[in-house]
Amino acid sequence: MSTPTTTRHPKLQEHFYNMDQQLEASTLGMWVFLVTEVMFFGGLFMAYIVYRHMYPHAWVEASHELNWQLGGLNTMVLIVSSLTMALAVRAAMLSEKKQQVFYLLTTMALGTVFLVVKFFEYKAKFEHHLVPGPHFNPALEQGMQIFFSLYFMMTGIHAAHMVIGLGIMTYIVINAAKGTYNAEYYGPVEVAGLYWHFVDIVWIFLFPLLYLLGRHGA
Amino acid sequence: MCVSVFLALLVFTAITVWVAGLDLGPLNTPVALGIAVTKGTLVVLFFMGVRWNTPLTKTVAISGFVWLLILFGITMGDYLTRGWLGVPGR
Repeated sequence: MSTPTTTRHPKLQEHFYNMDQQLEASTLGMWVFLVTEVMFFGGLFMAYIVYRHMYPHAWVEASHELNWQLGGLNTMVLIVSSLTMALAVRAAMLSEKKQQVFYLLTTMALGTVFLVVKFFEYKAKFEHHLVPGPHFNPALEQGMQIFFSLYFMMTGIHAAHMVIGLGIMTYIVINAAKGTYNAEYYGPVEVAGLYWHFVDIVWIFLFPLLYLLGRHGA
Repeated sequence: MCVSVFLALLVFTAITVWVAGLDLGPLNTPVALGIAVTKGTLVVLFFMGVRWNTPLTKTVAISGFVWLLILFGITMGDYLTRGWLGVPGR
């Protein structure tokens, strides 16, 4: 019956009072999801800790087989992509459409570089018979077999998250190019950024735990 | 601000690679994890902006990592202490 005294933002959903509340709810919701993701990867890290405790020497031996230079390169690629993602969110908050699209595309390009490097790493592992499956080197001791199983599970699921992240970024960049996001409405860019940074954090832990552990005293 | 966090992350990455070439004995893993935790914290606080979030969001974000420590703590509390009582077959 009552006539609204202020006009509602077209992007403001009915169940929210104002844009601030809507953004806060989106951020909180994304964090609840990310907590489940922490626990999801946490299970794999738990398995890593238990088996590393059981097979400390096999772990060091197996880690030598990984190419830490490529792992380090990918670490830097992801860190730069996190910077460009943060700058994309900032551009959205400042209603800078061109910058936003530029930074989002750069982020996606870096994500793709990561996956290409990962592809060549996996290819080498297949050639060296280090991939669990029918061509797995049977001479490998048990601890090393478990290391490689965990390596492929952890980096594989991480890479799957990167692919999903690129999908999300495609959606965001298309809408950004249409001028959807601005200082009043940038929730989707912010939330997509949270996901991207989370995937970066997982790699920050995977890099020393998988690649660098074999280098001590080598 | 974004750029200084980014530079700090690059410096920490360089440090972790450099330190991995040294043999610190039992400190190898704690040092590597300490650097990784520092980098992760920088990303969470600044890039993910938890620093500027509401107390509720902060609590939820921290709770995820607290639960992770409970998982690691209780599980390793089991594995690390199995031999202590000398029970046959563990």
